Amino acid sequence: MRIIIPVESGDALAAVRGFLKRLLEAEVVEAVLVPMETPAGTITPALVADPDLLDAANPLAPVMGLNAARVAGHVSIREPRGRIGAVLRSCELRALVELVKLQQASLEDLVTIGVDCLGTYDVAVYNAMRADGGVDLAAYLATARSGELAPQEGYAFRDGCQMCEKPHVEGADVTLELFGADLSAGIPVTLPDEMAEKLGLSPAEEDGRRAEVVEKVVAARTQVRDARFAEMRQRLDQEGIEGVFAACVRCHNCMTVCPICYCKTCLFKSPVFDHEPMQYMNWARRKGATRLPADTMLFHLTRLNHMVLSCVGCGMCTSDCPAELPVGLVFRAIGQQVQAVFDYVPGRDVEEPLPLVTFREDEWMEVGEE
Amino acid sequence: MNNDAFEPKIVAFLCNWCTYTGADLAGTSRIQYPPNVRIIRLMCSGAVDPTYVLKPLLDGADGVLIGGCHPGDCHYQSGNYKARRRIIALKEILKSAGYDEDRVWLRWISASEGQRFAETVTKMTEFLKEKGPNPMRQKWAV
Repeated sequence: MRIIIPVESGDALAAVRGFLKRLLEAEVVEAVLVPMETPAGTITPALVADPDLLDAANPLAPVMGLNAARVAGHVSIREPRGRIGAVLRSCELRALVELVKLQQASLEDLVTIGVDCLGTYDVAVYNAMRADGGVDLAAYLATARSGELAPQEGYAFRDGCQMCEKPHVEGADVTLELFGADLSAGIPVTLPDEMAEKLGLSPAEEDGRRAEVVEKVVAARTQVRDARFAEMRQRLDQEGIEGVFAACVRCHNCMTVCPICYCKTCLFKSPVFDHEPMQYMNWARRKGATRLPADTMLFHLTRLNHMVLSCVGCGMCTSDCPAELPVGLVFRAIGQQVQAVFDYVPGRDVEEPLPLVTFREDEWMEVGEE
Repeated sequence: MNNDAFEPKIVAFLCNWCTYTGADLAGTSRIQYPPNVRIIRLMCSGAVDPTYVLKPLLDGADGVLIGGCHPGDCHYQSGNYKARRRIIALKEILKSAGYDEDRVWLRWISASEGQRFAETVTKMTEFLKEKGPNPMRQKWAV
């Protein structure tokens, strides 16, 4: 059912908070996983059980410090667990779908509450904005109506967001449909009929405006994406991955913030790569010199092999790279090609098996027979 | 570089049940094949993590051969089917990352195909001689 949450005196955030409170009070969920404003003014996901604390919830803040799919896994992975409403952006929802397939999260007792994303800033940029005149939330939310998404004057959205062609939520249990809406008047929400009944909400007219605006946003973003992919592919052809990632210090940040990289102990943090001192000497002698830390490109190429089929393009890896490497762009550009081979779209459907854990006997019959 | 003098190095990951036994048969049958291959025995081609293939390539090996049972013959039912998908993904990634994917060969060779093993190594050696050394031999900054 599609309903409209009324917005009073232009305060969309208060309306969203009110909606989340009602979910708790009507016992639709036992707790809400949602970005919260800390007393320090920063934003972090938190699991909120007390409706009063939802006055600090801010799922509309245009900042993304981590992909919350990871923590949605923490609170859902095994029973016993609470029935939780998880407020997620589109890329977080897609990552969650992949984590479910990787058996690192469960949708069983999770109510996914998707929020259309108008673009996010890196934490450092967001903090700079707050220090320098503040974040104009009303102006930001106003871009939803036309779909002419733009960062605040003098700032830029996260690299991942700039080329995100899937900012709109698909497949959530509850969707806050920001695109196409006049958010100073009301927030359209689609939700299951029985949930709407429980909340005492009545249906609103569908105006078709969201689909129209989403189409426009997707077209604009796809254009940016394709141009950046083409540029990166050319660089990879010319320089190889060791050229593009030449400044990597192998800090593993990209892996740590990646919602898909779930291994408790990554191979690259294991003793497998604790080489003997003489091994480094052997390598140095063989090629004349050997890069240290060792195995840097092996790390990236292995990570590509292990997770690129599930890369949802959230761009957290780029956001958190101390060397400012275009990690997300490389993974997305390569990912698109590999995903196409298996006709796989990460985050599309939780029922669709991961390409590397399934197979058909009658595929690629010619491979290996040469 | 004079390619006549160039002897490619091939690292081969062979499954215990089929291709390794096939290589053994080639030996016991005294079938001649080039000594350019270094064989590592695994229990199954499905046990080949992409990183095993990438490591020698980045270190400068000229080729990597993965040998497994023919489809339908895997002693663990489906290891080779999974290996097939994994190697297809690996080659696509290598290609898109700017590397030569044709240095990686996946071949189904059964325990009775000593001749096929010898032919495969011969063909791969000739192919790599033609292709030239892996540029990674010279690249220290990887």
